[in-house]
Amino acid sequence: MSKSKSKQILELKNVSKIYGSLKALADINLSVNAGDWLSIMGPSGSGKTTMINIIGCMDTPSSGSVILDGLDISRENASSLTRIRRDKIGLIFQQFHLISYLTAVENVMVAQYYHSMPDEAEAMEALEKVGLKDRARHLPAQLSGGEQQRVCIARALINSPEILLGDEPTGNLDEENERIVVDIFRRLHDEGVTIIIVTHDPEVGDVAQRKIILEHGRVIQDIDQSSTFGNALKIHHEQ
Amino acid sequence: MASSRRKMYFRMVTSSLIRRASRLIIAVLAIAIGATILSGLVTIYYDIPEQLGREFRSYGANLIVLPKGDAKITREILAELENIIGREKIVGIAPYRYQTVKINEQPYIIAGTDLPEAEKNSPFWYIEGSWANSDEPDHVMIGHEIAETLNLNLGDSFVVQGVKYGERAEASRQDYSAKENLQRDKARQNFNKKLFVKGIITTGGAEEGFIFADSNMLDELVGDIFRADVVECSVIADAQELENLSRVIETKLSNLLPRAVRRLTQSQDIVLGKLQALVLLVTVIVLIITMISVYTTMMAMVAERRREIALKKALGAENNLIMSELLGEGVSLGFLGGAAGVFLGFEFAQRVSLNVFGRAIHFQVALIPITIAVFILITVLASILPVRKVMDIHPAIVLKGE
Repeated sequence: MSKSKSKQILELKNVSKIYGSLKALADINLSVNAGDWLSIMGPSGSGKTTMINIIGCMDTPSSGSVILDGLDISRENASSLTRIRRDKIGLIFQQFHLISYLTAVENVMVAQYYHSMPDEAEAMEALEKVGLKDRARHLPAQLSGGEQQRVCIARALINSPEILLGDEPTGNLDEENERIVVDIFRRLHDEGVTIIIVTHDPEVGDVAQRKIILEHGRVIQDIDQSSTFGNALKIHHEQ
Repeated sequence: MASSRRKMYFRMVTSSLIRRASRLIIAVLAIAIGATILSGLVTIYYDIPEQLGREFRSYGANLIVLPKGDAKITREILAELENIIGREKIVGIAPYRYQTVKINEQPYIIAGTDLPEAEKNSPFWYIEGSWANSDEPDHVMIGHEIAETLNLNLGDSFVVQGVKYGERAEASRQDYSAKENLQRDKARQNFNKKLFVKGIITTGGAEEGFIFADSNMLDELVGDIFRADVVECSVIADAQELENLSRVIETKLSNLLPRAVRRLTQSQDIVLGKLQALVLLVTVIVLIITMISVYTTMMAMVAERRREIALKKALGAENNLIMSELLGEGVSLGFLGGAAGVFLGFEFAQRVSLNVFGRAIHFQVALIPITIAVFILITVLASILPVRKVMDIHPAIVLKGE
């Protein structure tokens, strides 16, 4: 999963998204290198979710282009986007979205099933990485919120995606679980995983290597936090 | 490797069925009820002709066999006739020998028959007292008309007189004395027997003017071997089958003249046709209702699982893969409901048959695979539209977390 830090994995060029008379995104330009940890912040309605939906191949821009791993995905049809999403994106949701009738390990295997071949041993390994090996046979209803989110992370990582996309991944967690999840992100970042996270939480936003702030569909700030990156992590860890 | 995908597919489908059982029970119930009624009605549909055929047999014989010309029907011919018709189709087969006798110097007809068979042919006869039988050959049944004329009651005795078979009666001669005439009457060519009334028959028909006795007793009385004037048969068959049977009898036993009683066979066919049409109509309605029920249940199921479907799409599942999972669940529901319906349906048909016809029904083994296959097909057909709704689910909209 280790990737060259110099390789550009994602580029948004003049991306706009218009819903009727509402401009959700306006001329966004952004580039993300492989192995970067980017947080996207902003108030409600600023276009964070629209942006992550476009990056996550669940929506297409009204104009502009999105280059993901060298491929312009902005004009792809729904079927191609599904295939690209399956191969290149790992999704983490605020509400976890685990399948209620499948156990933790089966939830991870579902992602394998849609991607290629289910492998229970590999799925168990992924759960072990997020510290849930002993909870693998539990149903989502038998897991805490933090545990469910860790299953969600294991599921997102199981197919070795190019980008790990999180939409408010700590939004439904208490402080302790938030710290556990952020620790996992840190570890993944160390392993070279590209992470893009939408968050309201400044603490979670601050621990990223880079932070952009959206307002009314525009990037109003693009902050390189590389210099404080280690410190922020340390502070977050101590808290 | 493909087997690991197959295994995962079955794991997902069975997990959904088992762990969401409480939600799916309504769908299984809807299918099971439909399958119960359908398999029950189909069982009844195929059993009605036999059940109703037996029921119609209580209205009397439907095939009358007469000898041609002056010939009589012997035991050998009767046995052959039984073979041609087939014992399993015969409800009753009663040969009748008619003999004129005198009671108090008045002529009456005594019919000698196989009494248990006659009883099977004519269960609708109203009998005061009880049916006569061969154990007490002197105890006979008399028609209501005779009982009134001769003022006879149950247990009363009366004397029958007549000329033996092949003999000719000799008229009393004026030049003989009364004593001489009486002696001649008691001579070898005449018979004279005291009989007792065991039953008085009321039918509203010609039977009220006859005396019914055991055929062996009558043969002995007239000093002859078994010779029947007519054979009345009650056969389980519709009009067409009876016509065919008559032709076969006529071909194989050329000295016999078989006649189907059209009045009975045609009524039977009309009632049967209407009943079968009714059962068919109800079956079609039940199928449609089941289909609608499965359709709405599947529609609700897809709506309820929008998030799950959206998630699967977000994970990269193609529409047809998700649809195949839902259809897999539908097939399983159809199988479970259909299987339950086969056995419940038989129970339902059995109860209907016992209550309406008073007879048990035969279990049709072929109904097991047919019912299950039909209900799998119905479930799949009813699921197609709801499952196609999967295509309209947009993961970004449904999974929106904010």
